[in-house]
Amino acid sequence: MRKFLLTTAAVFGLTAMAHADEVEVLHWWTSGGEAAALNVLKKNLESQGITWKDMPVAGGGGDAAMTALRARVTAGNPPTAVQALGFDITDWAKQGVVGDLTEVATREGWDKVVPAALQNFSKYDGKWIAAPVNVHSTNWVWINKAALDAAGGKAPTSWDELVAVLDKMKANGLTPVAHGGQAWQEATIFDGVVLSLGADFYKSAFIDLDPKALDSDKMVEAFDRMAKLRSYVDDNFSGRDWNLASAMVIEGKAGMQFMGDWAKGEFLKAGKVPGKDFVCIRFPGTQGAVTFNSDQFMMFKVGDASQKAQLQMASDIESPAFQSAFNVVKGSVPARTDVPNDAFDDCGKKGMADLADASKNNLLFGSMAHGHAAPAAIKNALYDVVTKHFNGEMDSKAAAKALAEAVAAAKG
Amino acid sequence: MSQVQSQRSILQDWLPRIVLAPSFAVVLLFVYGFILFTGVLSFTGSKMLPDLTTWVGLNNYARLFNHPNWSTSLANLGIFGSLYIIICSVLGLGLAILLDQKIRGEGFLRPIYLYPMALSFIVTGVAWKWFLDPGIGLEHVMQSWGWESFSFRWIKDGRFAIYTIVIAAIWQSSGFVMAMFLAGLRGVDNEIIKAAQIDGASNWMLYSRIIIPLMRPVFLSAFVVLAHLAIKSYDLVVAMTDGGPGTATWTPALFMQKFTFGRNEMGMGAASAIIMLMMIAAIIVPYLYSELKGGRRS
Repeated sequence: MRKFLLTTAAVFGLTAMAHADEVEVLHWWTSGGEAAALNVLKKNLESQGITWKDMPVAGGGGDAAMTALRARVTAGNPPTAVQALGFDITDWAKQGVVGDLTEVATREGWDKVVPAALQNFSKYDGKWIAAPVNVHSTNWVWINKAALDAAGGKAPTSWDELVAVLDKMKANGLTPVAHGGQAWQEATIFDGVVLSLGADFYKSAFIDLDPKALDSDKMVEAFDRMAKLRSYVDDNFSGRDWNLASAMVIEGKAGMQFMGDWAKGEFLKAGKVPGKDFVCIRFPGTQGAVTFNSDQFMMFKVGDASQKAQLQMASDIESPAFQSAFNVVKGSVPARTDVPNDAFDDCGKKGMADLADASKNNLLFGSMAHGHAAPAAIKNALYDVVTKHFNGEMDSKAAAKALAEAVAAAKG
Repeated sequence: MSQVQSQRSILQDWLPRIVLAPSFAVVLLFVYGFILFTGVLSFTGSKMLPDLTTWVGLNNYARLFNHPNWSTSLANLGIFGSLYIIICSVLGLGLAILLDQKIRGEGFLRPIYLYPMALSFIVTGVAWKWFLDPGIGLEHVMQSWGWESFSFRWIKDGRFAIYTIVIAAIWQSSGFVMAMFLAGLRGVDNEIIKAAQIDGASNWMLYSRIIIPLMRPVFLSAFVVLAHLAIKSYDLVVAMTDGGPGTATWTPALFMQKFTFGRNEMGMGAASAIIMLMMIAAIIVPYLYSELKGGRRS
């Protein structure tokens, strides 16, 4: 089988040589703002004489794109660069099909400016295999300013303060928490809740997958907090998309949303101003630590002739100008910590400062909910438990036990 | 002369085989070949891509049957399959009998019942999702019309969500089952019916004792069609609930897709696919057997 793959790879490699100055890019950034952001990169490359062959596969937060990629790689004809997330990159690297960017990375000193936690994914076996585009962080809270003012006006910094604010919002007749009942959204909140119980706890539970941390009293407490948050959600939450939940906060029907910083794009699109119409804070009790997920362009093995264009593309992605231009539009923050923050809004500036701090203090962790703490099988096993508990199918104690069991089963 | 004739007869012998050969080869490879490949994969430790170097024996099957989501999927298949098949058959038969009363406008009514079958399950699923959503659908409309206490939120409740999928599936398929039964009813020999009527059989007796027993083959066909639709039910579930709330509406087909492509557990996904194949085979093989035996007899 492997030999068959390699032969077909060789055959397709020959045909690929014909288009030396071309990069074929598989991605799922098709919505308005994302496509505009990506266009910056495309223009850059075209001005350098490199043609951009677009291969957008939208849907399912990248699931559809990964399925398409499987087919392309199995046929021995991978695209030049593929948008990818977290452990997907490592998994592909293990298959031995990815390219090598070490040459350009060393020349441009990526090692010094890209946070080490990101490098865990961009590098495999000491070689750079992917160019990180952005850093999203998931432990954000987006609060409607008017609703917060009516509830005392002070942004909560601890769990108890959060509960107090939520109670007041409820008394004011609002839906305190805007939430969409999809497994990944519940897991996104869970990221913040677990992190609020201690950075060490987050690390031992989700990164080290320590069974003792997974089935512990602290984990029971985390699930209790999830159940508490569940009581602030409207009846009609299940199945709602995240952007509709954001809209509830924007329109003032709901008080706050726990969501990654891609939610900011929804607020900005609605003409809202950070600090004036909405407030962005870290999940109460997690200031200083950051759970991230990072979009990267993973590079595949292409013929020698096409490699020049591939390296050029990687270099363009890491250029501070592109990092700034792209991330201003996307709502995320640059993947390198030395990019000037002039072009960013207040939330963006806060995000960049938080990222640099967290990276310096070793408090930058991969997000479990977004596949940056553990591989897909474990991430989804965790989704099952979190979403079952959130939907009232089990109590907190049973959930902590089930969590440890599910992770153990998924490891096997 | 005779040589030309024998050449022609050789050609006549071989022509069908030559014409059929490509499609036969394609089916052999792409259907049965890949079934075999899936079977092999289910014994390997394949994660993201097929990997034939690690053999794990029956481990994937053991993990599959220990997985809570697979138990949920099987239980849901039991609920969905039995209700779907029984209610569809009963409704289909009822509608067919009513339409068979030589009523006026049958040509107009029949397509109305058949029309849902022309939609894909995705369209049906999205339409029913909106219709049953308490925030925008039935409950909202009823309450805005003044029936404040009206509540119907099954689709948001893990205990009842699977039944909403049953409702949508029945809406989609019962018209088709009706058409099958109607064809069956029309196929019943008029002589027999007349004879029974002369003997003084009531309408009830006529249907329950004579016509319905005569339609046994139609029941069997309807069962086979509905059963395999139930086992492979995927698109309807994805469109309506995507397995939620929680994992309440997972079905085996959904399990297979999510594990193979979402969780990089190709080995377990293949194992679940093989179990589904065995379930379908358990239905189809006896059916084919009885059909083929029947064919030989006539």
